[in-house]
Amino acid sequence: MQQTPLHGVHACLDAKFTPFGGWNMPLRYTSELAEHHAVRRSAGLFDLSHMGQIDVAGPDAAQALDFALTSHISALGIGAAKYTMICAEGGGILDDLVVYRLGADWFLVVANAANTGSVVQALQERGAPAVLATDRAMIAVQGPDAESILARFTPTGSLRYYAGRAATIAGRQVMLARTGYTGEDGFEIYCGASDAVALWELMSAAGATPAGLACRDTLRLEAGMPLYGNELHLGITPFDAGLGRVVAFGKPGGFVGQAALAEQSVRGPQHVLAGLTGQAKRSARQGYVVTDPLSGETIGTVTSGAPSPTLGRPIALAYLRTGYSTGSETAVDIRGTAEPFTVTSPRFYTRSR
Amino acid sequence: MLLYSQEHEWVDVAAGTVGITAFAADALGDIVYVELPAVGAEVTAGEVCGEVESTKSVSELYAPVSGTVVEVNSEVVADPSLIGADPAGKGWLYRLTISHTPQLMSEQEYQELIS
Repeated sequence: MQQTPLHGVHACLDAKFTPFGGWNMPLRYTSELAEHHAVRRSAGLFDLSHMGQIDVAGPDAAQALDFALTSHISALGIGAAKYTMICAEGGGILDDLVVYRLGADWFLVVANAANTGSVVQALQERGAPAVLATDRAMIAVQGPDAESILARFTPTGSLRYYAGRAATIAGRQVMLARTGYTGEDGFEIYCGASDAVALWELMSAAGATPAGLACRDTLRLEAGMPLYGNELHLGITPFDAGLGRVVAFGKPGGFVGQAALAEQSVRGPQHVLAGLTGQAKRSARQGYVVTDPLSGETIGTVTSGAPSPTLGRPIALAYLRTGYSTGSETAVDIRGTAEPFTVTSPRFYTRSR
Repeated sequence: MLLYSQEHEWVDVAAGTVGITAFAADALGDIVYVELPAVGAEVTAGEVCGEVESTKSVSELYAPVSGTVVEVNSEVVADPSLIGADPAGKGWLYRLTISHTPQLMSEQEYQELIS
């Protein structure tokens, strides 16, 4: 199992570790509830060095990524970032990605840890000059105080949401991006492996609370953000996941998965990703069956669920048959007992500032 | 004196109180919900009698001994974080009149199990 350049720092903080995508990652440092609230109320500090940082550079890089991915990558301005997907020929999702355009012919593709190898291989097979960087780290500072923390070290004012650029923090060259996966404003610092510890200590000393993967999961769930392996997998298309906006049919040239996705965009998905809010205390968990409380018919399956620390009640994401709109009542079989859940928007939490 | 079950519960045989071990509480993380057997319920050693739920996961509670529940700790129902904060003290779960105690582990045997 791989360790990030920050492993020693986590061990010193007495983190509880968990295997994740082939990496030994901090699950929590003290309390996942306290870490969750720190991100919502002030700022959390995450080690995301397990995520795959894939360089795609060369004169044909933009066109190759247009062919390999679902979005219109060549239309991105320099410094822009894009949430996108890489699909199989049949339209199923191989991974969800963030792509940064760092130069005219230079892109950074960020993949989920468990999928990094298959993404690199697929990119290469599709003609993109993809090289996995192995000497890097990534630290995220997320929460309402993230900007004031970063602003102590580097100008942040002109960095818009979903943009990234070269920056210097305490004399270290980094790529600073205003991105994240927590539902809060925040920054991701892409840096050299040898700079990771110093940058982590700097952010920690400036007030960002170390936060592990346990709270990252409840944070992204509250924000309605899909997780590969739960909401997203090869059997799901972007349209199933309610993310058809990442598919750009109008871009020049074809792309892998185009025919299958075009057919589905016309036909419409069989299932939709819905939010469920529990009226009782018990949480629906991944794999639990959702039924219609009147007919008793199975109408879907839970993909993620937890007691929401911010809302104080159970929330879940589930694929449901079409026809169950916001406000519909459902029942989730929680270990043999039908518990009432109401269909809501998947975005359970939206930040207010 | 506390005795321990394979399912990481402790029982104070003299007092009749039952709880989960610090090892189990730490594995669960922040506990946000607990469901306990009702007062008067008959529980059977080794069988499910409730559940504890954290943000990350849910775990069933197995009765370490058989008996009749005579009291539940209403403080942990109201504030389940007591279980993680003080699992063998304020985080006790329920008290029963024990009718049967199966073979359980001593403190030392339990420490060997989890080490």
